[in-house]
Amino acid sequence: MTVLKITGEKKDKDLLLVKDLRGYYRGIFGVVHAVDGVSLQVGEGERVGVAGESGCGKSSFAQLITGTTTPLLHYESGEVRVDGYDIWNISPEVLRKKVKCELISYVPQAMLSSLNPIKKVKEFIADMFRERTGCSYSVKKVCEIATEHFERLNLDRSVLDLYPYELSGGMMQRSIIAISTMATPKLLITDEPTSALDVSSQKRVIKMMIDIQRKGIIKSFVCISHDLSALNQLCNRIVIMYAGEFVESGGNEDVIKHPLHPYTKALMDSLLPLERETKYKPLSSIPGVVPDLRNPPHGCRFRDRCEKRMEVCNVEDPPEIVKGKRMVKCWLYK
Amino acid sequence: MGELLEIENLAKLYISGYVWTEKKVAVDDVSFSIKKSEIFCLVGESGSGKTTIGNIVLRLLKPTGGKILLDGRDIYSYDKKTYWRKVQVVFQDPYSSFNFFYTIDKPLDDAFNLLENRPSKVERKKIIRTIFKKIGMNPDEIMGRYPHQLSGGQMQRILIARSFILHPELLVADEPTSMVDASTRVAVLNELLRLKEEEELSVLFITHDLAQAYYIGDRIAIMQKGKIVESGLVEEVIFKPKHPYTKDLIKSVPPLYEKWKL
Repeated sequence: MTVLKITGEKKDKDLLLVKDLRGYYRGIFGVVHAVDGVSLQVGEGERVGVAGESGCGKSSFAQLITGTTTPLLHYESGEVRVDGYDIWNISPEVLRKKVKCELISYVPQAMLSSLNPIKKVKEFIADMFRERTGCSYSVKKVCEIATEHFERLNLDRSVLDLYPYELSGGMMQRSIIAISTMATPKLLITDEPTSALDVSSQKRVIKMMIDIQRKGIIKSFVCISHDLSALNQLCNRIVIMYAGEFVESGGNEDVIKHPLHPYTKALMDSLLPLERETKYKPLSSIPGVVPDLRNPPHGCRFRDRCEKRMEVCNVEDPPEIVKGKRMVKCWLYK
Repeated sequence: MGELLEIENLAKLYISGYVWTEKKVAVDDVSFSIKKSEIFCLVGESGSGKTTIGNIVLRLLKPTGGKILLDGRDIYSYDKKTYWRKVQVVFQDPYSSFNFFYTIDKPLDDAFNLLENRPSKVERKKIIRTIFKKIGMNPDEIMGRYPHQLSGGQMQRILIARSFILHPELLVADEPTSMVDASTRVAVLNELLRLKEEEELSVLFITHDLAQAYYIGDRIAIMQKGKIVESGLVEEVIFKPKHPYTKDLIKSVPPLYEKWKL
């Protein structure tokens, strides 16, 4: 409940503000509209999860809001404000020194390649510290800081003396999250933090991420995942992304228990919870695939896979309907 | 119902190095059996030796101890081709299972080479088409396409279809859904369930996801550090676990409708 209080006090000040953001992939294959007009606000103390199928633009969204785009992805238009800094309209030096080093921390999907394979974890942390703060600490000094930080997060300090290949997947993911929060950024952005892990290490990662936020090391986080049940544990707000657009958002209980958009409903139906009834009720998958985003279809992008499509879905883009804290982008609720 | 596959006291030791050898026990005294038309699930965390068992059953690795019998005969007494006609596999990563220089017709075509009397090209096409129709995919949409034009779920189902050209008795499914999207995961699982019912296929289903094992499996074995710690019917193991490790594992599955108290 403390989390809610923080949000209530500082409602006007958003840590992350995304307005009508567009980012396209440009290459010999054409122009892929990966992120096409999305808006999001993340206040202090919020834990936001972005969910959707693969190929919906979730990872591209994460890259765009952190300013770390991979070569073919280009920022097109829109606004991304991180604690007031408009990250696509400031000089690269300010972006790097102020935003990337102090305000945010981004844990990309390929976590196995995030650490330096030929350096011990503590040496890597020393490198990272030098880059982030600009002054060089000795490895010994960094080790002390890291030990203290690791202990706060109930992580074993022996990790520091190991090489990355000696760590298991879950341990590595937790150490990376711990390392990325050592410089106490305000906002943590993680891309698929739990997807390559088995259930027991998944639980440990979820526990640690919530712990970091509760202890005030970070203010809020944005978590991108395809696993709704893990997001439900992690976040207090969920955004559903489909074909480059946000189709539904709201508090996680609302979205999961009473999904509005047909896509969210279909996504929920295809989940496999560990409950007694699961074995006896036939589950269904969503037919078809995500539309080709090189020339996104006019009108609703989900209409070919939707059971409840109407005439109007073919003609016009669905409006964003906002009811309190919930948003849904569908003609059904007009 | 007779036993199709029997595994007795299976052991596998990985030894690395020549002078200073390092030994690692991957599988330690594992015994189980799979009946005809049954889905047997092996569940455990990463590094518990599930995939090693799968590879040993496929004859891709040699065990260091124990016996494996298929239809009452030792698996090494079979000719390789005969054996792989009976036992087929679906691997974890559909993206690396295909050669992306060829259309997907080629791996399907190649599967016929394992058969004793190979059908003609026209017949092959016919068989492939009927199989695709059976698994509810439109053959016109798939034939002649390249792997990158298909989704992961489609590719995984094509691999299941491919193994079905040979009418195997046992399918080893090594985490077939871990790289597949949540939305198409169920299609792969339903396909395996249908094959079990209609074609009397036995499946060795290797996964780390208890919910999937519960949905698809008849019997289940929980593995920890190379040993089976608990096995039995899925409902009994999952809803009345006895071993502390199983209890722990079940508690770690994130529930969908309620929140953990963290």
